[in-house]
Amino acid sequence: MVELEIKKQYGKFRLDVAFKSEKKRIGILGASGCGKSLTLKSIAGIERPEKGRIVIDGVTLFDAGKNIFLKPQKRKVGYLFQNYALFPNMTVEQNIGIGFTGNKEDKQKIVEQLIHHFQLDGLEKLYPSKLSGGQQQRTALARIMAYEPDVILLDEPFSALDAYLRERMLTELMEMLSDYEGTVIMVSHSRDEIYSFSEDVLVIEDGHGICLGSVKEVFNAPRYKTAARLTGCKNIADVCRMDAQTVYVKDWDVQLTFKERTVPENVKAIGIRAHDLIPVYGTISGAMLKVKEWKSVDYPFERKYFIQCESGCEDFCWFVQREVSATLEEKGMPDALAFPEEKVLFLEG
Amino acid sequence: MEEIRQILAGLDWSPLFISIKTGIAATIVSFFLGIWAARKVLKAKTGLRAVLDGILTLPLVLPPTVAGFFLLLIFSTRRTVGSYLYTTFDIKIVQSWAGCVIAATVIAFPLMYRNARAAFEQMDVNLIYAAQTLGMPEWKIFWRVIMPAAGPGVASGTILAFARALGEYGATSMLAGNIPGKTATISQRIAMVIQDGDYQTAGVWVGIVILIAFGIVVLMNLAFGKGMKHTKQW
Repeated sequence: MVELEIKKQYGKFRLDVAFKSEKKRIGILGASGCGKSLTLKSIAGIERPEKGRIVIDGVTLFDAGKNIFLKPQKRKVGYLFQNYALFPNMTVEQNIGIGFTGNKEDKQKIVEQLIHHFQLDGLEKLYPSKLSGGQQQRTALARIMAYEPDVILLDEPFSALDAYLRERMLTELMEMLSDYEGTVIMVSHSRDEIYSFSEDVLVIEDGHGICLGSVKEVFNAPRYKTAARLTGCKNIADVCRMDAQTVYVKDWDVQLTFKERTVPENVKAIGIRAHDLIPVYGTISGAMLKVKEWKSVDYPFERKYFIQCESGCEDFCWFVQREVSATLEEKGMPDALAFPEEKVLFLEG
Repeated sequence: MEEIRQILAGLDWSPLFISIKTGIAATIVSFFLGIWAARKVLKAKTGLRAVLDGILTLPLVLPPTVAGFFLLLIFSTRRTVGSYLYTTFDIKIVQSWAGCVIAATVIAFPLMYRNARAAFEQMDVNLIYAAQTLGMPEWKIFWRVIMPAAGPGVASGTILAFARALGEYGATSMLAGNIPGKTATISQRIAMVIQDGDYQTAGVWVGIVILIAFGIVVLMNLAFGKGMKHTKQW
């Protein structure tokens, strides 16, 4: 159970984040410089917020009102740094053992176990500079585990790795943490990582917590423009709500009518994911975006179209799987793109 | 050669021991003071930091005689501090070996301080944070994490401070004077024999001082070089 509410002013930047979660795997999603790392550092006790409180599993780590601020040493919080922060003057086994407080025999036993568990056998006597990125990360994790923390914080754990390694390391990390019973909070700007890793997700933008919910909830119905954008929605536009069934999208000059759904009263914008659009040939009727010009970029498994439509909007995104784009080449570009009703996201602004 | 042998045979070796003793004492004091000051200055707010840094660096950029002037102002037995020390504790700084050490320390200190500071500034703060979140007490973090990481910088500060303290002349001659067997350091002896026109004795002392300085710098490089084997070469 994590309860967090922190405020701090850094020059012009204001950090104001609050969330509460009972889940064991929590993700924090946000662009770089949004205050994700500051939030983690506040939990670890490296940063001291001005106001608010942090309570984890009933232990108050910080409470400005009661003037409680536990030192990082007293928090039992493990922190995995982006660059792993292994001590360069210590070998793998010295690094792992450094946080262990207990007698020598126990320490040696624990270190040996962890070296085995984290597949570092044979690397015990090496210095961190001789390790690969993956080995460094495993060493850093083993070092945290030796300390037996109640909470583990992962600060952009994969940003230092290349794309191929990143996916493998994510599954590896999740496996290594699978028998860890404490809470794990991961911060990342990658929606894929957050989606795979977390049960609950908090979206942060510009120092402010935007929304919190289960991962499925937040990705299926992001509720806010920024959350929609961070979860990967490419097409977002402000709308005018006409009635419970209709909205008018000014930027795209399209009127959308919903038969199955009601338009919420507080809707300010809508979003449609680039994968969810449907190509239409021939007669154009109803809510469709008329295609005028397009550019395309090929990716290994999909093709991305950037569309200029007749109403003047630019850079409307439509992403198509490889197989589909092959048939598209035969048939030519569609005349219009239709919005499947159930896929439209209603956003509060 | 025969002449040099004769000079060596009849040489009063006391300046050598006085210089080395002074150098070692001044280096030890500046080592701890310099590291301490570097930490304090880095923790200070920007404006205060600039002023503190300026004051602590002054002895490096001013002529040593200026430092000597201020030291005399403080420690002369006719001044408040000096007379207090003399009458209450029977400690005399002027014209004494303690004066040599103080003068050399003041001059050598900025080299230690600046090098330590530069080394601390280049520290990867995440290493310190990592150590904190692993429950390491602050003293352990300092000796096991910060000092090894800042090692090369601190080492070069120590070497430079020692070399500077060993050869100190201006402030030493003003505060401690040139009393044979007591405060006469090698550099003061060289100046004195040159005034007497005795270039051969001066030359012998110059040779000795070069040997010592060079030897110690090379030795320390070798010793600390081991600690630097993890730094990448480029």
